[in-house]
Amino acid sequence: MSTVEHASAQRKSLFTPFNIVAAIILAAGLVVTVMRFTGGLGAVTNLDQNNPWGIWIGFDLLCGVALAAGGYTTSSACYIFGLKKYHAGVRPAILTAFLGYALVVFALGYDVGRPWRLPYPIFVQQGTTSLLFEVGLCVMIYLTVLFIEFTPAAFEWLGFKKIRNIVVKMTLALTIFGVVLSTLHQSSLGALYTIVPSKLHPLWYSPYLPLFFFVSSICAGLSMVIFEGTLSHKPMHHLMDKEYLDNHDGLILGFGKGCSLILFGYFAIKVIGLAYDNNWHYLATGYGAWFLVEILGFVALPSFLYAIGARDRNIPLIKWAAGLTVFGIIVNRFNISMVAFNWQLPSQLRYFPSWGEITISLFVVTIGVLAFRFISTRMPIFYEHPDYKGEH
Amino acid sequence: MLRRTFLGLLGGAGALAALPATAGAAGKHFGPHPDTMAVLFDATRCIGCRQCEKACNEVNNLPAPEKPFDDMTVMDTERRTDDKTYTVVNKYATEKGGVFRKMQCNHCLEPACASACFVRAFKKEPNGAVTYDASVCVGCRYCMVACPFSIPAYTYNDPITPRVVKCTMCSPRLAEGKLPGCVERCPKEALTFGPREEIIKIARARIDAYPDRYQHHIYGEHEMGGTCWMYLSGAPFSEIGMREDLGTTSAPELTSGALAAVPMVVGLWPVLLGGIYAVSKRNQKVANAEKVMAVKNALTKASSEAEKKLSEELKKADVANKRLIEVEVKKAVEEALSAKDEDAASSEEES
Repeated sequence: MSTVEHASAQRKSLFTPFNIVAAIILAAGLVVTVMRFTGGLGAVTNLDQNNPWGIWIGFDLLCGVALAAGGYTTSSACYIFGLKKYHAGVRPAILTAFLGYALVVFALGYDVGRPWRLPYPIFVQQGTTSLLFEVGLCVMIYLTVLFIEFTPAAFEWLGFKKIRNIVVKMTLALTIFGVVLSTLHQSSLGALYTIVPSKLHPLWYSPYLPLFFFVSSICAGLSMVIFEGTLSHKPMHHLMDKEYLDNHDGLILGFGKGCSLILFGYFAIKVIGLAYDNNWHYLATGYGAWFLVEILGFVALPSFLYAIGARDRNIPLIKWAAGLTVFGIIVNRFNISMVAFNWQLPSQLRYFPSWGEITISLFVVTIGVLAFRFISTRMPIFYEHPDYKGEH
Repeated sequence: MLRRTFLGLLGGAGALAALPATAGAAGKHFGPHPDTMAVLFDATRCIGCRQCEKACNEVNNLPAPEKPFDDMTVMDTERRTDDKTYTVVNKYATEKGGVFRKMQCNHCLEPACASACFVRAFKKEPNGAVTYDASVCVGCRYCMVACPFSIPAYTYNDPITPRVVKCTMCSPRLAEGKLPGCVERCPKEALTFGPREEIIKIARARIDAYPDRYQHHIYGEHEMGGTCWMYLSGAPFSEIGMREDLGTTSAPELTSGALAAVPMVVGLWPVLLGGIYAVSKRNQKVANAEKVMAVKNALTKASSEAEKKLSEELKKADVANKRLIEVEVKKAVEEALSAKDEDAASSEEES
């Protein structure tokens, strides 16, 4: 199907199943939004005095930031490690990361009590002893960096040649800056929990939490690029140029190989963490079984599947491994923020998300998908702009 | 993007490198202040009359509770501090019978809440109290996550001005020279207020005087780096709802390692990443140069071979040509000679 035909077909069928579901989620999200900002957090969440953080932190913040790590991993592979063949994958990854971080901040607007004060920690009174301050500062700067990294696509679309060329010249500096910031806030999200050895189950608590979060964010980023490339392949196929399509399988193979190795390293340091604190005896408990499911099923297994997939050049297997890794990262962040947090409290005092919280999380993801579709169908994301072809 | 904005951002990155250093120097410790005051709660003296709860509610102008303070049935279930209560007394069934234990903010010497707060809304006052300033609070609730005693509460149902709620150790009353409300009201002297050093001596004296009555441990002397509220009990502390596994490491110490790594990453990562970039770029350059050289060599070799072949061919062609010419010449000569012979023969015939 040619592009013209496809565009007209799209216009005709605005009521696709996807659009209808998205519209329902958006409508429900708007209703909950009104409830949240008129009735307070208590009106829509299951948060209480013992459980101050729910899925808006566990999913929207922790998973959101980890899964947006594709931006720094892909851009550093291409621009720092000199793997130029991944160039076509950089723009989709940067766009995803930018939208991911923007939505993390957007979602925090629901979670914090007085969102209009979010700039306070940076501009009014700095709590420099807090790891959350570190996270806030890095996320704010990194969101700006990602925005600048994204702007060339917008400038090409708008035809602003001069400023586009200036920004492109800053690519290497921005990429290095982005990796520094990502290292810091990805690890600091884990370090947030180093203050609560008494509340987080020993199998998940570790002085190495910052390292665990950083290393797993690389796996999350690489896997997310594969996973998302798979998702957008069909609906966006008509937009993808020859360079993107020719390199797509190579990118999947390369990232799969890399991810297999890093997941193996992650598995190793998780086991070392276990040994360092001598927590072996907890493995025989119920939490221990769940911990084993996490590190065997969602770390060791995808590492193995990636390795086989890379050896046999089995693209579908690599894609499955990517899905498993992404799911595993979500499981890990949920375990640390909710399942293993407050583990000593009796079950009736434990947290479970409310429908309102789930609705807002779905609402945020839906906005992200729609924004990605809106931008990638208009700006040169999956293809090179004809005026700047072969410039890299 | 404006140049100034970008420079500002770079400045921000510089600040990022500089900040944790100052945090390490100035912010690692919140106390202890030399004249820190403290309160001792003696569980062997508490009769669970809830007068302290009532006094607290009055002096702090807190909202009226659902059930009045003389209703003792509330103690049938374990309660905790919440958005309307700074302190509660719970009843525990222990090996030594029913024991009451008061709960409120312990006013840590190195408070987890203050260490965790990214906007410095908590302050460790010189008098020992940990106070909270709602005017800067963003409402992230990390203080509630961080508190090992699960004390701070949040007004979840307030959409516009939600805030953290917790005991202030009656810091405003201390400033006026008064006792904390609960201490003043306690009819059984289960609460003792004084300088922390003195309070520890009093507690130790009680344990020494009645070694059979007390656990030989002052809870709060060292827990989480030490607290300003300390506890004596006859029953094991774990039986009266107090964690005995908190350890003596203060909250700021737990996070100091992670904070200390930040400036190192800022300093080393650009060097490492820049180095990787330089090496990969050089590798590429060398590889490209080698490729160009190889192509050039191949071309030279091919062209010299071709030239050689050409000259050989030419030589061959030359020889062939020469022979051809020779043959032709010979032929022409022969023809000419034979024509001459014929002419001679015919003239002979004619003559």
